Amino acid sequence: MAVQGTRVRHEDLGLQEADLGSIHRSMLLARRIDERMWILNRQGRAAFVISCQGQEAAQVGAAYGLRAGYDYLYPYYRDLAMMLTLGQSAREQFLSLLAREEDPNSGGRQMPGHYSSRELNVVTTSAPVAVQYPQAVGTALAFKMRSESGVVLTSGGEASTSSGDWHEALNFAAIQELPVVFLIENNAYAISVPEKMQVAGSIADRAAGYGIPGVAVDGNDVLGVYEAADEAIQRARRGGGPTLIEARTYRMTAHSSDDDDRRYREREEVEGWREKDPIARFERYLEEAGLLDAEGKDALEAEIKAEIDQAVEYAEAAPQAAPESVLRGVYAET
Amino acid sequence: MAARSLLQAISEGLAEEMRSDETVVTLGEDVGKAGGVFRVTQGLQEEFGPLRVMDTPLAESLIVGSAIGLSVNGMRPVAEIQFADFIPPAFDQIVNEAALFYYRSGGAWPCPITLRIPYGAVPGGALYHSQSVEAFFCNTPGLKVVAPSTPADAKGMLKSAIRDPNPVLFMEHKKAYRLVKEEVPDAGEPVPLDTARVHREGTDITVCAYGIVLHSVLEAAEKLSTEHGMETEVVEPRTLYPLDRETILASARKTGKFLAASEANVTGSVSAEIAALVADEAFEWLDAPVKRLGAPDVPMAGFAKPMLEYLVPGAEAVEAAMLELARY
Repeated sequence: MAVQGTRVRHEDLGLQEADLGSIHRSMLLARRIDERMWILNRQGRAAFVISCQGQEAAQVGAAYGLRAGYDYLYPYYRDLAMMLTLGQSAREQFLSLLAREEDPNSGGRQMPGHYSSRELNVVTTSAPVAVQYPQAVGTALAFKMRSESGVVLTSGGEASTSSGDWHEALNFAAIQELPVVFLIENNAYAISVPEKMQVAGSIADRAAGYGIPGVAVDGNDVLGVYEAADEAIQRARRGGGPTLIEARTYRMTAHSSDDDDRRYREREEVEGWREKDPIARFERYLEEAGLLDAEGKDALEAEIKAEIDQAVEYAEAAPQAAPESVLRGVYAET
Repeated sequence: MAARSLLQAISEGLAEEMRSDETVVTLGEDVGKAGGVFRVTQGLQEEFGPLRVMDTPLAESLIVGSAIGLSVNGMRPVAEIQFADFIPPAFDQIVNEAALFYYRSGGAWPCPITLRIPYGAVPGGALYHSQSVEAFFCNTPGLKVVAPSTPADAKGMLKSAIRDPNPVLFMEHKKAYRLVKEEVPDAGEPVPLDTARVHREGTDITVCAYGIVLHSVLEAAEKLSTEHGMETEVVEPRTLYPLDRETILASARKTGKFLAASEANVTGSVSAEIAALVADEAFEWLDAPVKRLGAPDVPMAGFAKPMLEYLVPGAEAVEAAMLELARY
């Protein structure tokens, strides 16, 4: 049913065949990188993994309309697919996972998933939840002060909407009509605590309280998320102020490699969401639109596998940072 | 050159930086039309407009967090925390975020923000307009915590703080705001942030002090010199973190008797750290135990005037502690 309804949607959205290929590739690459990370963890070669599986559509759909290196992104620790959309590589993910000196995010100082890229305007990420929202608002304020058309996208899980920082940021962004898009990837759990124990009412509806648009979107529908995000980004560029987007999706893995989600959720629930896998869903769309066939899919899988194999090989051979480098770079020099 | 209060000097320093660098902006509660509850930002919004001198909602985490975000996008924000007592909601943004941006990104994202923090006890300030919070932040690598105590230093150090590529907490003692005046150069040069200042040379004891207590110490030093022929060396750390260890240690080794004083609660204070430093690295030069003077470990400070005066070390307590150390 859903597939029938989305048959020609990409044309209405102004997306070309090349865009669809790029979106598909980013989602699939994220999934396969993520899966390989877990393998490396279970083999004892990677100390920690945190996952994006199930949230690829929300991430790629939201980030696809950004101008990397001009607009700013304040992601959270699951936004692997967003990082790939903006331009980080598979190699960079494994350099980060294995804490090598070349890790572009932190040089081996932070856990994987704490992204940073000066070139891509991805602002260094933290582990405390929701701290990125006031920062994103400040970055948007700088665009407004200089009358520039930059936009800031910031994201987090539904857990982050419990925090004061989130409310403070929405309030200020709305008062000053700042060019910022808040994306909430509602993946249903804050580690073990389900949404019903975290979120009163509807996240998207809270936007009304701040007098800004609030959009609820199916987070497993990449074109739907793209549509909502693109509209929000365009509005922000025009000076129309902030938008809140709630993308309902699901975290298909445990919270992290140190978590066992069998303690707090039924397998049936997880399996149910696997049937709604956003990548399989988008592939069905592409197939029905005549843009992907079995042969094309196999070729892409093979290409991605080779890229990941090479990335892992490179990262494993790459040098660790010198231990004493931990003492350096606490203060920036004048 | 004209006589300026500490408050006027800070105000001038901020205005001059805003004139010379259009990326310098100031934000906080009441900084705009009201000119700040202490009037430090008076006139700035008229001159620079409501975007560069911005009244924010009453939300300290937002104020610091958005300052961080401004700095990320090419601005040099100076955020005011209206009273030091209200800084705890912003603690996370300061110690987990601003302090670590540069380090955790491998040098990619410096965080050039300045937080102006009026602190210290004033009559009628009671429990929530009196605190000395500097020690909360003097255990966090990546932060610079500065506490100038004289107008010329305050103006010059504010310029350095704004130009510094790191997050700087700029502590302004409220009681000193209007009480302390001196000649301040009209076009002041920046004063470096990394050096302590020796206000007075002496041979008998060293007192290392900052804030309003520094001024009591300077007065007492003159008096004790006249009355007792006792020469006190007075050292002001100016930057509380990281400390100028060499200047402090050189003085301790020179006089052999050392007192660290401020009005903060003593346990875990900056004075405690200075005392530990001297005990650790100048022990063999010492002729007396290293002493600390500060407020007892109770909340700061009672609303009733006698309570306040009982807690905060005033001129008499400072003088007594100095004499006691000299006589040891």
